[in-house]
Amino acid sequence: MSETILEVTDLKTQFYTERGVVRAVDGVSFDVKQGEIVGLVGESGAGKSVTTSSVMRLIEEPGEVVGGEVDYMGRTIVGFDDTGEELVPRDDMLSESEMREDVRGNEIAIIFQDPMESLNPVYTVGGQVKEFIEINRDIDGKEAKAEAIEMLRRVGIPEAAERYDDYPHEFSGGMRQRVLIAMALGCRPNLIIADEPTTALDVTVEGQILELVDDLQEEFGTSFIWVTHDMGVVAEICDRVNVMYLGQIVEQGPVDEIFHDTQHPYTEALLNSIPRPDRTVGDLEPIEGTMPGAMNPPSGCRFHPRCPDAREPCREVAPEFRVAAETADGSPHRAACLKHEDVGYWDAGPLDSGASETTPAGADAAAEEGER
Amino acid sequence: MAIGEQQTQEDSDGGGDGVEANVGWRYTLDKIKSDATARFGLYVIAAVATVAIVTTIDANLSRLTLGRVEDFALAESVWYHPERHPDPGTTERRMPPFFVEGGSLEHPLGTDRNGRDYISRLVYGTRISFFVGIVATALGMLGGVLIGAVSGYYGGWIDDVLMRAVETLYAIPPLVLVIVFTVFVSGGDPDITYAVFGVGIAFIPVFARLIRSRVLSVREMDYVEAARATGVKDRDILRRHVIPNSFAPVLVLATLQIGVTILIVAGLSFLGYGAQPPTPDWGEMLRISHQYMHSNPWMSIWPGLAILITIMGFNLFGDGLQDALDPRIK
Repeated sequence: MSETILEVTDLKTQFYTERGVVRAVDGVSFDVKQGEIVGLVGESGAGKSVTTSSVMRLIEEPGEVVGGEVDYMGRTIVGFDDTGEELVPRDDMLSESEMREDVRGNEIAIIFQDPMESLNPVYTVGGQVKEFIEINRDIDGKEAKAEAIEMLRRVGIPEAAERYDDYPHEFSGGMRQRVLIAMALGCRPNLIIADEPTTALDVTVEGQILELVDDLQEEFGTSFIWVTHDMGVVAEICDRVNVMYLGQIVEQGPVDEIFHDTQHPYTEALLNSIPRPDRTVGDLEPIEGTMPGAMNPPSGCRFHPRCPDAREPCREVAPEFRVAAETADGSPHRAACLKHEDVGYWDAGPLDSGASETTPAGADAAAEEGER
Repeated sequence: MAIGEQQTQEDSDGGGDGVEANVGWRYTLDKIKSDATARFGLYVIAAVATVAIVTTIDANLSRLTLGRVEDFALAESVWYHPERHPDPGTTERRMPPFFVEGGSLEHPLGTDRNGRDYISRLVYGTRISFFVGIVATALGMLGGVLIGAVSGYYGGWIDDVLMRAVETLYAIPPLVLVIVFTVFVSGGDPDITYAVFGVGIAFIPVFARLIRSRVLSVREMDYVEAARATGVKDRDILRRHVIPNSFAPVLVLATLQIGVTILIVAGLSFLGYGAQPPTPDWGEMLRISHQYMHSNPWMSIWPGLAILITIMGFNLFGDGLQDALDPRIK
């Protein structure tokens, strides 16, 4: 197994609003190994982007990382000491200028979601790629320009040298996304955080970009954290997956295991809601309701109000995140569901309120569960 | 044609919000060219600028070659020489323009109370008004952009301190502020230079507030976040990414503000806190001439017209620029 480069342990990030404290990320743990693509999946508002921003220490007022640890290749990005009363930042935590000079860009880079908004409209595309390369690598202007053109060519922009002087509005969405990838890769980072980079693109372009990333990843050996809400994309490129719900990771494991040996009802529901050519709209099983706010998360299991499999204990007992199934290669497949705990889940009846809210689709799922 | 290409590109993108197509000098210039009033404003500014530049060269050349500005041909009639014109004679003083009885083509717009040629003084007044307008506005813009951008970008206590200071400044009427500033700094010996600095400072709040409000939205843009995530220093983000993208409305305001500045400085000169005699300044000319409103109204009309036309030029151009830079107006 290759070396672990990023280790996130029990990360907690909060936002202080007038209406109360929003626990956007509430105890998230995962790791990234050299050269792999790790997926971070979940609905909007699950805390995916806050997690990645926390890893980069880019959380701004009124938000704050309040707990947990982020370790990047032996360096402490986030770390706290427990003084008994409160958590204080640890001494070996990287300073703001160390983060800026040693980590952001040249070690960990981000590709943002919206290619339309992520390029500065007043500068040429090439100039922006060059700026980022110059800041993060020790090369002078001329070399940086050559490198920028080379990166643009590598990400599949035709006539890269001529297009170097074009402005962002002269590029299409897919081409801009390629530019963003060139900007990130041009800094030669070890890890790239891709924050829903294909969400704003149409499907054919999305396919091309995924293929490009796959090729480049093989060539440069860069690790990726791929943030998305699309299980289809996950299946296509990820090695391992973390499924997030309401600020917590509910299931974690190798991609094949997640798809074929699903251990958490939420993941299952996500998988059932993917449109597929062999199913009509009527066959889709969208997840009922919307995700509750992170300000007052439901008691017990956070997914229980929407869970088709919810039973009485789910309302009171918060599930533990623990190994839920054996995997072929020995890497852990964890899930946070009471089904895998000894708290009387299997003896209890279904939730009353849950039952009344359950749709036919949900009822089917529950029935299936019962037959097993 | 390049502009056409941009347009098609924008259309084919579909998702374009229109803001991005409206950037770049080519687009802005093209837009102004197609706007008749803006074009007219530009012509007026160009004409005034030409006069201002030519007279500046003229005055400087005469200083170089002849040692004294008063000795040069055009300049000669502008400055008053008691030695050379010991007594211009009553017929030479306060002459009306040529089309009024008593006027002559020798002094087409007449003379002032000292017998100096009015049209020369008007022409020389152009460079003072023009440069005063631009320099004072530039000072205000520079200070305002710096304070407003820093304030909006960093936020927190920096924002509080800077903006409270700016608001205090904003609460004082500009004319009062400039007069107090001029009197204190010059030590009771007012001059146009002090007036320019004073007006520049008085205009800082307008620019600071405008750019701050823009910076507040620009700093949330993804490209700013991307720069931060790539390790760009805050100072460089502010300089390279935030300010250029917040600048369009500032440019429009500056153009309109030049007219206001000219008016205020003229007002200061009129009140005696700006240009001092014998400097040929429009405001100063108005100050002298208002005593003769009944006997010779033309002495007040000419500088008034000059101020009006110049300000109109800047305002028309500013309006056109606003239309060209405003993404909502297509």
